[in-house]
Amino acid sequence: MTLSLTINGKTHEVRSDPDTPLIYVLRDELGLKGTKLGCGLEQCGACAVLVNGQAVLSCVSAVEAFDTKEITTIEGISGTEIGRAVQDAFLKMSAAQCGYCTAGLVVATTALLSRTPAPDDDMITQALTPHLCRCGSHPRVLRAVARASNR
Amino acid sequence: MPLRVTPKGIACCGAGLEQVSLDAHTLIADWITFEGDRLLIHTGKVDIGQRISTALIQITHEELTIPWGRIDIAPVRTGHAPDEGITSGSNSVEQSGYALRSAAITLREHMIMMAVARHGADAADWQLTDGVLSLSGTNHRIELTDLIPDVAPDVPVDQGHLPAHRAQNDLPRPEMSGLRKMVQGAFTYVHDLEWPDMVHARVIRPPHARATLRDIDPKTVVNLKAAGFSIIRDGSFLALAGTKEWPVIKAATKLSGACDWDLGAGLPAKNVFDALNPKDAQRFLVVDGTPTSKPIPDTNPNLDHTARFERPYQIHGSLAPSAALAHWTGEKLKLHSHSQGIYPLRDSIADSLGLALEQVEITHVPGSGCYGHGGADDAGFEACLVAMALPGTPVLLKWSREDEHAWEPFASAMAVELAAEMEGGKIKAYSAQVFSDTHRGRPRPGPNRTGPARLLANHFRADPIGPIATAPNLGKHAGMHRNLEPVYAFAETHLVKNLVTDLPHRTSAMRCLGAAANIFALESFMDELARGQSIPPFEFRRAHLEDPRALGVLAELERQVSLRPAMADGSGRGIAYAQYKNKMTRVGISVELDVNDRAEIRLLDARIVADAGRVIDADGLTAQLEGGFLQAASWTLYEQATWDQGGIQSRDWDSYPVIRFDNVPNIEVTLLDHPNAASVGAGEASPGPAIAAIANAVFDATNIRMRRMPFTPDAIRQTAAAE
Ligand code: FES
Ligand code: FES
Repeated sequence: MTLSLTINGKTHEVRSDPDTPLIYVLRDELGLKGTKLGCGLEQCGACAVLVNGQAVLSCVSAVEAFDTKEITTIEGISGTEIGRAVQDAFLKMSAAQCGYCTAGLVVATTALLSRTPAPDDDMITQALTPHLCRCGSHPRVLRAVARASNR
Repeated sequence: MPLRVTPKGIACCGAGLEQVSLDAHTLIADWITFEGDRLLIHTGKVDIGQRISTALIQITHEELTIPWGRIDIAPVRTGHAPDEGITSGSNSVEQSGYALRSAAITLREHMIMMAVARHGADAADWQLTDGVLSLSGTNHRIELTDLIPDVAPDVPVDQGHLPAHRAQNDLPRPEMSGLRKMVQGAFTYVHDLEWPDMVHARVIRPPHARATLRDIDPKTVVNLKAAGFSIIRDGSFLALAGTKEWPVIKAATKLSGACDWDLGAGLPAKNVFDALNPKDAQRFLVVDGTPTSKPIPDTNPNLDHTARFERPYQIHGSLAPSAALAHWTGEKLKLHSHSQGIYPLRDSIADSLGLALEQVEITHVPGSGCYGHGGADDAGFEACLVAMALPGTPVLLKWSREDEHAWEPFASAMAVELAAEMEGGKIKAYSAQVFSDTHRGRPRPGPNRTGPARLLANHFRADPIGPIATAPNLGKHAGMHRNLEPVYAFAETHLVKNLVTDLPHRTSAMRCLGAAANIFALESFMDELARGQSIPPFEFRRAHLEDPRALGVLAELERQVSLRPAMADGSGRGIAYAQYKNKMTRVGISVELDVNDRAEIRLLDARIVADAGRVIDADGLTAQLEGGFLQAASWTLYEQATWDQGGIQSRDWDSYPVIRFDNVPNIEVTLLDHPNAASVGAGEASPGPAIAAIANAVFDATNIRMRRMPFTPDAIRQTAAAE
C-alpha cells in the first residue's frame, strides 16, 4: 500500500508498512535525520514535528495516520517567518548544549508562537513540558522563546 | 584587537595536572596543523555537549588571531588524535586547553622570529591581527598561513607563557560550534550515520543482569531468518540485524518473546543503604584528599553533632539512547562511537576480540549529552560483536530507551556520615566517612583484563569475561572521596573512604562522582551547625575559609542575596559553597523555593556565582553551570533507580521521572573572571552545591531536614512524620 505524505511542502509516495511510526519513515525512508528519537514512548519530545501547524510526537503514531496531512520537520521549519525567528532566537540565546533536544524544542516553540504570538509563562510551560533536556539548557530555551515571541 | 608579542612570563598555571597532555605530545604539530588557509586543531578530548570544541577554537583564536571561521577541529580518531585518555573530570580545558594554548603561543613566537629573520626589526615591532603579521611603519604583511610551510615539523611546544592579554570582564562569547546546524536539524549524531549497505541492529536483553539464555524457540529463529534478518548469538549475548530500522525493532521484540531465560536467583533485593556500612567495607584513611593504608584511628568521642546523608542509585539518562556504527572489513574493525575515551575503548575492544591494536580504529562522533559513563562504550562493543559476525557490512546498533535506563552503568548509591565538635562558634574537629561502590567502571586496560571485563556484552558471551571486583581508586579526590576532604580549615579532621562491593548494580562515573553526595552532606551539615549556633550561613562559612577567591565568591553571592525580597510563608532560601576537587572552579549558590501543601517543591530562583579562573567562553561556562544546577536539581527532587528481584523497574521517563520545564527556576549566573589565572573546567562544579542549597532551602521553608535524595513529596512527608 502506498501512502502520500506532504512533508516540508513536497509530496512523497511512501511504501513503508502502514504501522511504521512516522519518525522511521522520515529518517529511514526519506533521509530526514533532523527529527530525533529519544524514547519511542511519547515521553521526551525529541521527535516532535508539525502536523497541520500543531506540534505532534512522531515516535509512536503510525504513518498511516498522517496520510494527506501537512507535515513540517525541523528541516522545513525555516519555511515560515516564525520558524526562522525561532531558529535565530535559539542561535542568539545559545539555547543548546548537546543539541539533541533542540529540534523538538524548535518545533514546539514554532507551533506555540504560530498559534499565540505572545504567550504567557503558563502557556510556554505547557508547550515545553512534554520536552526533556538532560543537559539543563532550559533557561536558555526559555530566553530564546521570549526573544522569538512578541513580548 | 592587535596582539603584541608577549614576553615570556611566569607560568600561567600552577604545577598541576594541566601538563599531562603535553607531556605525551610534545610538538606543535601534535596540536596544530594547517590545511591551506585553515587551521586544524588536534585534540583527544571529545565534545559531549560541554562545548570543549568552542573553547579550544577560542583559545587558538586568542593566541593566533586567525578568524574563527578558519579554525576547525580534526576528527578525534585513534591513531591520529593525541591520546588524552578519557574526557572526564572537567579536565578538558585545563589539559587540552593548556596544551593547545602553549602550542599556539610557541607557534606564534616561532613565526614572529621567522618574520624578523626575513624582514628585520625587533620581534616587538611585529603586530598580529586576523592571522596576519605586520611591521608597524612599513607595508610588510605576512599571512601566518604563508609561513607555515617553512615551520619545521619537529618544533617542540614551549610551556610557561602568559595567555594573550585580555582586560578583566571583557568576556569572550564565541558562537557555540555546531549550534547553527543543531537549530536546523543538520548536526550529525552517531545515530544519524547512514552508510551504503548498512544494517540496523538491536540487542535482545535478558530480564536482568544475572539471567542467562537457556534456549530460543527454533521456529521463531527460522522464520526471522527466512524474513531476511540476521541473528547473532554468543552465549547469552543475542542481537538481531536487518536493513530497515522499524522492521528490526519489531523482529527484535518477536525474538525477545521467543527466549527462555534462566533467571537464577534474580537481582539481590537488598536495601542498599543498609549495605553501605563499615562492616563489609575496604577502609582507607584519607589524608590530603588521598586514600592511604595508614591505620584508621578511632573517632574522637567528642564529636557530638552527627548526621548521615544518602544518595540512591541514579542514572545518567542521556536523552538519546546509546548507539554506534561498526564495520569489520575482515582486516580492520572501524567503529564510530560517542565514547568519552576512544583509546582505552580501542584497547579494551582489541583485547576482547583478540585483535591487534592497529586493527581497531575508533572515531568519535557526537552522541547526546552523557554526563559520565553511560551506555556509549557498551553499545560500541556490541556493534563490534555484530559487525564481526557480518563481515563487510556496516552495522548501526542502537539501544532502546529501556536499554539505556536499565543497562547503563548507574551512578553509585552513596552514604556520607559526618560528625563534628564545636568550640567558640567554630568547628574544631570534623569526621567524614563515605560509603559507596566504585565510580570507576569505564573499560580501560588493567590487571585481569579490566578493559574487557568492563564491557557489558562480555559478561554474557559463551566465554564470559568479567564482571570483576573493582580495585579501590586511590587517586587524590578520585572516586567516592572526591571532595570528601572539606575545603574549610577545621583544626582536626578524620576522613575515611569505605569501598563496599558486591552490591546489586554495575556502577561507574557520573558527573562529579563522589562530590555530589559529599558536598550535599558537608554543605547541609554546615547549615545545620550554623543554625545550631545562630550564626548566619555566610558568616559561619567565612569563619572557616582563608582563600581570598573563595571569600570573593561568597561576598558576591551575599551581596546578591541581600538584594532579594524577603521570603514568603512556606518558602525558603538556602545557600551552599564548594570548590570542585578543592582546586578547580569555586561555586556559591543560593536557591529560593517553596513547598506546597502536597509537599511538592517548586524551585523559584537560583543565583550562581562562580570563579573558574580565566574565562574562555563565557556563554559555555554559564551553560555548564546552569546545566549542572538543573541536573543536580533533578537528582535532588526526582531521580532514583528502582529494582526488585525480577529486574530494574525504572525503565522509562515515567518510572524514572526527571526535571522538566514546569519546575525551572529563574537562574542568574555571575562569573568572576581572572584573566591571568589558569582556566579550569566547570561542568562538574555546580551540582554539589546545588543539591545542598536546595536541601538548606527546604529546611528554611519547612524545618524539615532532608538527608536522603530524592526529596519527593512522599519522602518529605515521611521525614516530617519521623521527626
Ligand atoms: S522520541 Fe518521541 S517523545 Fe521521545
Ligand atoms: S541540550 Fe542536550 S538534551 Fe538538551
